[in-house]
Amino acid sequence: MAKITMTVNGRQVSGQCDDRTLLVHFIRENLGLTGTHVGCDTSQCGACVVHMDGKSVKSCSTLAAQAAGSDITTIEGLAANGELHPVQAAFKANHGLQCGFCTPGMVMTAVDMIRRHGGQLDEATVRAELEGNICRCTGYHNIVKSILAAAAEMGGARVAAE
Amino acid sequence: MGVEGIGARVARKEDKRLLTGKGRYTDDMSVPGMKYAIFVRSPYAHAKIRSIDATAAKAMPGVIGVLDGKQLLADGIGNLICGWMIHSKDGSPMKMGAWRPLAHETVRYVGDAVAIVVADSVAEAKDAAEAVVVDYQELPVVTDATKALEQGQPQLHPEAPNNLIFDWQIGDPAATDKAIASAAHVTEITIHNNRLSPNPMEPRATLGIYDGGDEHYTCYTTSQNPHVARLVMSAFYNVAPENKLRVIAPDVGGGFGSKIYIYPEEIVCLWASKRTGVPVKWTSDRTEAFLTDAHGRDHLSKVKMAFDANNRIIGLKVDTVANLGAYMSLFSSAVPTYLYATLLSGQYDIPAIHANVRTVYTNTAPVDAYRGAGRPEATYLLERTMETAARELGVSPAELRRINFIRSFPHQTPVIMNYDAGDYDASLDAAMKAADWNGFAARKAEAAGRGMKRGIGMSCYIEACGIAPSAAVGSLGAGVGLWESAEVRVNAVGTIEVLTGSHSHGQGHETTFAQLVADRFGVPIDSVNIVHGDTDKVQMGMGTYGSRSGAVGMSAVVKALDKVEAKAKKIAAHLMEADESDIVIENGELKVAGTDKTVPWFQMALAAYTAHNLPPGMEPGLKEGAFYDPANFTFPAGCYICEVEVDPETGVTKIIQFVAADDFGNIINPMIVEGQVHGGLAQGIGQALLENVHYDPENGQLLTASYMDYAMPRADDLPSFKVSTSNTPCPNNPLGIKGCGEAGAIGSPPALINAITDAIGNNRLTMPATPQKVWAAAHAAN
Repeated sequence: MAKITMTVNGRQVSGQCDDRTLLVHFIRENLGLTGTHVGCDTSQCGACVVHMDGKSVKSCSTLAAQAAGSDITTIEGLAANGELHPVQAAFKANHGLQCGFCTPGMVMTAVDMIRRHGGQLDEATVRAELEGNICRCTGYHNIVKSILAAAAEMGGARVAAE
Repeated sequence: MGVEGIGARVARKEDKRLLTGKGRYTDDMSVPGMKYAIFVRSPYAHAKIRSIDATAAKAMPGVIGVLDGKQLLADGIGNLICGWMIHSKDGSPMKMGAWRPLAHETVRYVGDAVAIVVADSVAEAKDAAEAVVVDYQELPVVTDATKALEQGQPQLHPEAPNNLIFDWQIGDPAATDKAIASAAHVTEITIHNNRLSPNPMEPRATLGIYDGGDEHYTCYTTSQNPHVARLVMSAFYNVAPENKLRVIAPDVGGGFGSKIYIYPEEIVCLWASKRTGVPVKWTSDRTEAFLTDAHGRDHLSKVKMAFDANNRIIGLKVDTVANLGAYMSLFSSAVPTYLYATLLSGQYDIPAIHANVRTVYTNTAPVDAYRGAGRPEATYLLERTMETAARELGVSPAELRRINFIRSFPHQTPVIMNYDAGDYDASLDAAMKAADWNGFAARKAEAAGRGMKRGIGMSCYIEACGIAPSAAVGSLGAGVGLWESAEVRVNAVGTIEVLTGSHSHGQGHETTFAQLVADRFGVPIDSVNIVHGDTDKVQMGMGTYGSRSGAVGMSAVVKALDKVEAKAKKIAAHLMEADESDIVIENGELKVAGTDKTVPWFQMALAAYTAHNLPPGMEPGLKEGAFYDPANFTFPAGCYICEVEVDPETGVTKIIQFVAADDFGNIINPMIVEGQVHGGLAQGIGQALLENVHYDPENGQLLTASYMDYAMPRADDLPSFKVSTSNTPCPNNPLGIKGCGEAGAIGSPPALINAITDAIGNNRLTMPATPQKVWAAAHAAN
């Protein structure tokens, strides 16, 4: 057993868990944050993506102990003051989700993708970068559209701020 | 059309919770004292169980209990059943072998459950499951359906000699043979429809809770039809009487057919909860999903299509062998019969059809309905045959189809179906225009200049949705009626709850069903809540599959709204001292037509509940229910065109464009309909290009049991799609809806394969068209 402390969605949390406990299970079972999902067990589907120290990671292939001391953001931590994050808003506006199960991982991956590429995303890049996220409902058409729309909106917002 | 009414592209009401991590899926559920289950599963595809020894497992840390099939049998839990009776052509009933929720004598596929371990944590349950010693005596294995029918093959069930479940036929064999004998041309082709795993992203899960005080069970489960689950678990599996069993299917992460069925795990977890005295939760991992979720397709068919000298089809003969796996799943018998062979007329006027279907047991996972369910098999068969015939006859594929289109409605096919409405030329024209069909030759020449082989292919599909008229399906063997129910409750403040027996697991019912109410009463959709998925809240329902929620589920809502509207108008007329025939409802107000007299919707609702001033004899309150039983199937149809480029050096196929032109009848929310088409296309393209369930034929081991081995379509495998609709309203339901959930998966595989075979100049190609297969076919003589 290990006692682990980390920051999750801006709040410091601690918990006891087995050495073998995965970060996704620590988040879901110990912290009760069930927005992060498990879809495949082999690090393929990306339903479990969270941000660790600002970068997207698959929480199903990260031990909870590895995340000790880090700053974790889950899907629950993305919307601020009840307002959807621009990526979440774009997914809603463009029908980028159907059953919603892959959606938290898709959104977290998209946020990281837009952060790394800024306003320079194109369709081919988005499709290539979604390699690690599987959706069975949407055929990706509206997910790609959502991410491009969010990237344009966020890139535009940044330009406006400057 | 209001901004939130019928036809509006309304953003979904359910999205906020799903986008913020507040969705509540079965695995998210947690109750006090809950423990975790792991199933001990057979590692063999066929074996006798000599003994099960759980002594060591029971002594492991955290273990609450280990239960096996003998205990389940002793407690009177029944066999899993197939709910659709099919008779062979000799009149004998289908041969259904026993499927125990926990096998205690024989295991018949890898993954067959033999015991359940309940422990404090998943990890402890997994450790203990490893320690359960099952002594198996291995038996010979057969995985291929055609082989399983041969003499001397392993026998799966004593009830089914030679593994034959039924040998069924439809149509007129003599007339069809005569047409073939007199034909100017006969196209012959063998069609293999590959085996698929549905793969909703949410793995199956269940939480069984037994309350000893009330002798009551609660089952949270990943189901597309919780009421059917309750009915079947109660009536056939003896889990509990219906009034002592509540089934809840909360947010469900996709289904595609695989969550229609009642599986062993939910039955066993309910039973185990009573046996162990704790709530028991089980969540499938992805490998278990590949092993045990019902698979789809797996047909092998021999086809003869006969043409007269004018290229008109005069006869179609089909001989199909369908693999149903180790056990008969809930609707498995209906898929290769009434959901398949009844669609073999396609969009074409064919005077004589005969189809023979044999279904077979093999040592593989059960096979049942997967998105499209029978209709993709019929469409793939017909549309590959049409393309092949066009090439043999030297006619353009579009022309051959036009020569044979049905243009007069209603149209009675020789295989039961009566098509009510359609315009097949319109969707073919729309698709060819969108794909710039006429510019293809230039594009092909340009590609050839780069050393690439470009091809184009089409598919004209029809399907039957809105299942189904209860008496009709009853006469064909269905064990249930296929109506739907709805209840509309207007609260005293005017807000509205709509309770529906349909179940949403991605389809957006919370939005589209609310749009019906907004359209009718002019109230905002935010004042309307859609309630579904809980047998304690909704009285009864048949659930969501077969693209039925719009045509059947919404029609039930319309019937209930009719009753609410009638009573609301009576109340308003009384309040305004007007005649009820003069009352109109607009923008959330009830008005006396031609006057300035109005009563706001909420005030009418309040009057219904205060009951201070109602018409004489009227009951207080405003709540109405309805059951809707459809008069016919609905018949969505369309034309899909795919253009590909094949690299002859590598065999890699790139999709250049994919066009879908559909006729779905009237549409409630075009944004959601387009999303359904996109998703269906991705699954159909996945089948044609990437996906295949592969068993080792020697030992029945599943070789594609993870996303490392089973090629799911990913974003960079697919293009953006060009979708459109040209709609003829369905005359048989009040909204004119046909259904859109499965079309993409039905129409796309033949369009894609026809494009590849056009590109490489070789018609001999099976799905999935992997680079290896395409390369080999491109370099072989046709």
